[in-house]
Amino acid sequence: MTQITYVSVDDTEHTVNATDGESLMRAALQNDVPGIVGECGGELTCGTCHIYVSNEWSDRVAPQSEGERELLSMMDDVRPESRLACQIRVHPDMHGFTSRISDHQ
Amino acid sequence: MSGESSAGGPRSYDVLIVGAGQAGVQTAMSLRQGGFSGSIAIVDAENELPYERPPLSKAYLRGDAEVGEFRFRSADYWTKNSIDLISGMTVESVDVEAHEVLTGVGLRIGYSHLVWAAGGRARRLTVPGADLSGVFSLRNHADAERLRGSLVGARNAVIIGGGYIGLEAAAALVQRGVSVTVIEVQERLLARVTCAAVSDFYSDLHRASGTTVLLSSGVEQILGEHDHVAGVQLSDGQILPADLVIVGVGLIPNVEPLAAAGVVCSNGVEVDGDCRTSVPHIFAVGDCANYKSPFAGGIRVRLESVPNAVEHGKAVASAILSTPNEGMTPPWFWSHQFDTRLQTVGLQAGHDEAILRGEPGQSKFSVIYLRGGRVVALDCINSIADFAQGKLLVAQGTPATAEELADTSIQLKSLTTKVP
Ligand SMILES: Cc1cc2nc3c(=O)[nH]c(=O)nc-3n(C[C@H](O)[C@H](O)[C@H](O)COP(=O)(O)OP(=O)(O)OC[C@H]3O[C@@H](n4cnc5c(N)ncnc54)[C@H](O)[C@@H]3O)c2cc1C
Ligand code: FES
Repeated sequence: MTQITYVSVDDTEHTVNATDGESLMRAALQNDVPGIVGECGGELTCGTCHIYVSNEWSDRVAPQSEGERELLSMMDDVRPESRLACQIRVHPDMHGFTSRISDHQ
Repeated sequence: MSGESSAGGPRSYDVLIVGAGQAGVQTAMSLRQGGFSGSIAIVDAENELPYERPPLSKAYLRGDAEVGEFRFRSADYWTKNSIDLISGMTVESVDVEAHEVLTGVGLRIGYSHLVWAAGGRARRLTVPGADLSGVFSLRNHADAERLRGSLVGARNAVIIGGGYIGLEAAAALVQRGVSVTVIEVQERLLARVTCAAVSDFYSDLHRASGTTVLLSSGVEQILGEHDHVAGVQLSDGQILPADLVIVGVGLIPNVEPLAAAGVVCSNGVEVDGDCRTSVPHIFAVGDCANYKSPFAGGIRVRLESVPNAVEHGKAVASAILSTPNEGMTPPWFWSHQFDTRLQTVGLQAGHDEAILRGEPGQSKFSVIYLRGGRVVALDCINSIADFAQGKLLVAQGTPATAEELADTSIQLKSLTTKVP
């Protein structure tokens, strides 16, 4: 279990104990974190798992694939720190990991 | 969860949803998200917490995921949001006068609004042997669990029907070391849903993995030994050995109780843009509903996809809450077989031109469908950029020429700004 925090658009913090190996999208759904939808179940198709990961954390997670970049580039509110939560797997080094949920899902 | 949640509680709900699949669950979640404070229940024939179906033919069948990893929400969510899950109960009839449904065990449940979200059931084969043990369909968790259990020690599988679910199952079985034959009665795979270029790509993909793909082939009978499947005999007499058979020949919408109650049905329940049926206070959503789609030139379509179910669920919630319907976006869909991702947007039926963009030989290409010179749909194979950008073209019905669409040095999004 690794402690992960999601910050909603209204600044509410949701801290959950995520199972290592599952994606940040699944961890959010299993813990009823509002704002992350995950409509395509992690198939890089829907873009409804859009989060912002600050620089301090971005180095600790796997980098974007080409596909993730391509999908993100067409999304509203895309920023340099944008990521898709379904593409990031939780691992123990991420203890305390914090991301913001994008408003546009 | 389950049936006891309603014990002692109301036997009548402001919103009663039949079916805890993608569309029914979305309806309930969107109602609560939109601030609906009335009572909500979801009745479902299956006796478990609601889950997503797409992984059943993909990660689950491969053995890479368990159903606990793809439930829509945690067990707590339903109680916290006052959504009663009445599990393990089948609705058998609807009394539109009394505003009640009747379940198989004789329980009556009243409603102010009824949302029919009963999906469909797998079409069965009518050939001899279709009921033998070892013959599976793949529609729900129980099906997938039995099927996966039967893979242990299985050597040969025959998959009847070359649609998306059958092909995903074929890929999963091959990845588990089972030798697979796919039998398709049409002259190409996926014939109903895509063009020849994409069909051919998939035949090649599966053949390259060692699967035998037999096209234009009918099934005469399923052969058994001691009540268990042993083989499949084709119309031409050929006999294929089989330890298990998967039948993936389409879905029959579950509409009988509604139809018997006088709700207008034709290949599913007929609904309008808000998913209202012909009977007041009854809605229908998801796989079992058909509606006039602006993306099909206004003809009725019945789609079987997650995004369609989600859109319907949201539309019903808006109708009940009297908030504006977000409106329809172009339908989309995905399939995942081996490392190949297909993403489609729009509806290709009725197209008059299909433009190939990219190289099928490189396993990265798209087919762009036009009707009257305007983009109506795309099938994108390992081409996420085309899919993401093509959505805009379909939404806008962008006019485009074959030359520019085929030119991979032109980004699709650059075509959207063009004035007609
Ligand atoms: C194996 C598989 C793979 C798929 N892969 C994809 C994919 O990759 N991408 C995609 O977009 N879509 C995919 N789909 C399709 C997608 O899952 C469906 O379109 C979607 O689930 C439809 O939602 P629904 O709510 O209309 O029906 P369902 O999800 O089928 O739910 C209907 C529910 O109603 C219940 N029910 C039926 N009759 C009654 C009754 N009389 N009383 C009580 N309960 C009843 C059933 O038990 C069921 O739980 C797949 C489907 C399957 C089966
Ligand atoms: S869940 Fe669909 S892209 Fe992440």
